[in-house]
Amino acid sequence: MADKVSVFRKEHFNAAHRLYNDAWDYSKNEKVFGKCALPNYHGHNYEMEVKVTGEPDKETGYVIDLKLLSDIIRQEVVQKFDHKNLNLDTEEFKDLNPTAENIVVVIYKLLRPYIESKFDLQIRLYETPRNFVEYPVS
Amino acid sequence: MVYLTRAEHFNAAHKLYNPSWSKEKNDEVFGKCANDNWHGHNYELFVTVKGEPDPNTGFLVDAKNLSILINQHVVDKLDHKNLNLDVDFMQGKMCSSENLVIEIWNQLRPHLPDNIQLHCIKLYETPRIYVEYFGGN
Repeated sequence: MADKVSVFRKEHFNAAHRLYNDAWDYSKNEKVFGKCALPNYHGHNYEMEVKVTGEPDKETGYVIDLKLLSDIIRQEVVQKFDHKNLNLDTEEFKDLNPTAENIVVVIYKLLRPYIESKFDLQIRLYETPRNFVEYPVS
Repeated sequence: MVYLTRAEHFNAAHKLYNPSWSKEKNDEVFGKCANDNWHGHNYELFVTVKGEPDPNTGFLVDAKNLSILINQHVVDKLDHKNLNLDVDFMQGKMCSSENLVIEIWNQLRPHLPDNIQLHCIKLYETPRIYVEYFGGN
């Protein structure tokens, strides 16, 4: 068996959001989410690192063609979220609080069907240069 | 003459939309930046001041104090806000990075100590797009 290798593709999208639980009143939201709950939204430059792990193909030497991976990410994730309001403009977050944790799980679920099952997939999502999340946990 | 730069950051929503134009013309000029429901950025702000270091402290300005001034007069007004809706000094103006950097200069300059001059405001809208302003003239 050949050694496994991880390959990575970085993509990005810019979006507005707010953190708000509709089941709570405004003051509880403000207490829990602070300025992230402000009514008129704020926004981020989200940076994604998509990691695919598997054995390089004997004929191409590739785990996955990174141009193809880029096309999949742009089509399935970036087009949906770039220059959008995550709370208002996306199906995925109509009833789901768009925390970085929830966004990274959504991105994984959007991409998994397009990545061959023999490969492991992991997503790292930067909400800011200092706040980032990963899914699934390795 | 020494230049000192303090880096700060804020996260905000905005859109590029000229209300005197039709929706079609806004879409044509601003593309996805005109999205009705806003989008957002992690803005990185660099404030550069210049002057002569104080012989007693060796400081041009106490960088901590400069940070407090920038936060009080600029960052607190912008962070986690909607630039179009929530910011008094952007009312009636297009919320481009070009206009934002000029208004940040105007907000900050009157509050700086007399012994230093404001040299440059540099603002990153994304890691790949930034603007600089060196004052009028």
